[in-house]
Amino acid sequence: MPAPVIEATGLTKRYGDFTAVDGIDFAIQPGEAFGFLGPNGAGKSTTMRMIAATSTRTSGDLSVLGFDPADHGPEIRAQLGIVPQADQLDEELRVIDNLIIYGRYFGLPVPYVKRRAEELLEFAQLTEKRRSRVDGLSGGMKRRLTIARGLINSPKAMLLDEPTTGLDPQARHVLWDRLFRLKEEGTTLVLTTHYMDEAEQLCDRLVVVDKGTIVAEGSPSSLIRQYSTREVLEVRFGSAHNEAASQAIEGIGSRVEVLPDRVLVYADDGEAAMSAVHERGLRPITSLVRRSSLEDVFLRLTGRSLIE
Amino acid sequence: MTGQRATQLHATELLEAPAPTVRGPLRGIYAGNTRSVVVRGLQVMARTNWVVVLTGFFEPVFYLLSMGAGLGALIGTVEFYGVDVEYAAYIAPALMAVSAMNGAVYDSTMNVFFKMNFAKLYQQMLSTSLGPLDVALGEILLALFRGLLYACGFMVVTTLMGLNLSWTAVLAIPAALIVAFGFASFGMAITSYMKTFQHLDYVFFLMMPMFLLSATFFPIEVYPQGFQWVIQAMPLWHGVDMIRQLTTGLIQPSILMHLLYFAVMIVLGLWFTTARLRALFLR
Repeated sequence: MPAPVIEATGLTKRYGDFTAVDGIDFAIQPGEAFGFLGPNGAGKSTTMRMIAATSTRTSGDLSVLGFDPADHGPEIRAQLGIVPQADQLDEELRVIDNLIIYGRYFGLPVPYVKRRAEELLEFAQLTEKRRSRVDGLSGGMKRRLTIARGLINSPKAMLLDEPTTGLDPQARHVLWDRLFRLKEEGTTLVLTTHYMDEAEQLCDRLVVVDKGTIVAEGSPSSLIRQYSTREVLEVRFGSAHNEAASQAIEGIGSRVEVLPDRVLVYADDGEAAMSAVHERGLRPITSLVRRSSLEDVFLRLTGRSLIE
Repeated sequence: MTGQRATQLHATELLEAPAPTVRGPLRGIYAGNTRSVVVRGLQVMARTNWVVVLTGFFEPVFYLLSMGAGLGALIGTVEFYGVDVEYAAYIAPALMAVSAMNGAVYDSTMNVFFKMNFAKLYQQMLSTSLGPLDVALGEILLALFRGLLYACGFMVVTTLMGLNLSWTAVLAIPAALIVAFGFASFGMAITSYMKTFQHLDYVFFLMMPMFLLSATFFPIEVYPQGFQWVIQAMPLWHGVDMIRQLTTGLIQPSILMHLLYFAVMIVLGLWFTTARLRALFLR
């Protein structure tokens, strides 16, 4: 097996009394799409910043592309593509110049950067916006430009912090398509997200993080197999009655979970569970059977939803 | 749509970014690519900021015309190192030092504050192989370039007005850059502590008395001895006296002390700024 691109052991970050990242271990292989899935404040962004050597760790070991980020920041960032959570584009420069100047920050030769910028503009589907001002771009366009910019140095790994947060569904799908192409071309992707559908779409492997610690690790499907049933029955009885109804449901399926607005019944056969609920004389207002998702895994592991 | 085509990501020979080769104590904070920061600044300055550059040039010219020509007619001459100097020729070098200071301070406080807190420019730069020292040096060089423009423009005006009394006046341009370097290197470090635009007022509150009292418009011998020492501890006085020695040709050994003062100021300022950028962006 080739050496991991990024490897952490006991990685910890404390700000005063607050422990943002609490002794996590992970290893990311070349060409892999690796995700950190967790709610806001779980320590995902802090971990990303430590990988990019823009934040120094408090303790533990971290190796990025064979370097220690504590004293090789520029060497590491020379080989990384960083896409921060909020698009930090240079509003004083036009779209194409954002790419060109960014390439120059890496010390790449100017003729090469100019040629490469045009290609990346096409990849980001922004060729028509070549001479536009950045502040006139839509949210999706800005994010694509930020990703194109992060590719200017042909990075060994891309760090994407919440790549689709704040985008509308269509823009998200366009972006996922672009990221998928990068993955196909063998770029290592490291991303954080609090969207389980994004993690399922893009990640080969992920860690579920909560309160600075890793609570589970695996591929999306293996995590679902391990921590959830094949299907989930969702029934709603109205917010005042869910609690009481769940008592009556207890025993159907392998597990019952009560949320404020609905009751989740975990069962390998959702339809059978639904019939069982009806046999007990319960009449939910709405009901639906769906496949288990990472959301269910997270709920099982932490007792909380991803998006609160 | 182009979605069906290849992504073109391999259409050219892909180049990886060169690994920074800086060794020694600066490793990790300096990538030796200050030039890219300067290029970015010049590109923006060329398109959007040239009006600001122009106004900065006119300010000392207006002072020179009103005080030098106007007041100068009433005052006549002022003694400088034992020689009587025409009043306009006395204040012109001081205004040049002030203009170098103002340009450098404006760039390293207002502009840097905006780039740091609103444009998030430094976060962008520090997502690349650049280190904080590349960014700090680049910003300071940009401030110096602006200072150079001011100094050259002002030099043309004073030469036309016949206020440069010796060939050594040419050296006033590099001297003005040294003054600007000193102020810019400190200004950026101080800006890093500021949280709101109101904090910038403190800076301008300090600069105003320094401008008026540092032997700009009259010799400091008019003050009691104790207050003279206070003035002589301030950087602007060293700048004014240094540039005045050069434009009048009355060069004293003390010019070496002035240079030493700024050399220390520049080194301390750069060290301070880099430490602050590191604390802010690489924590």
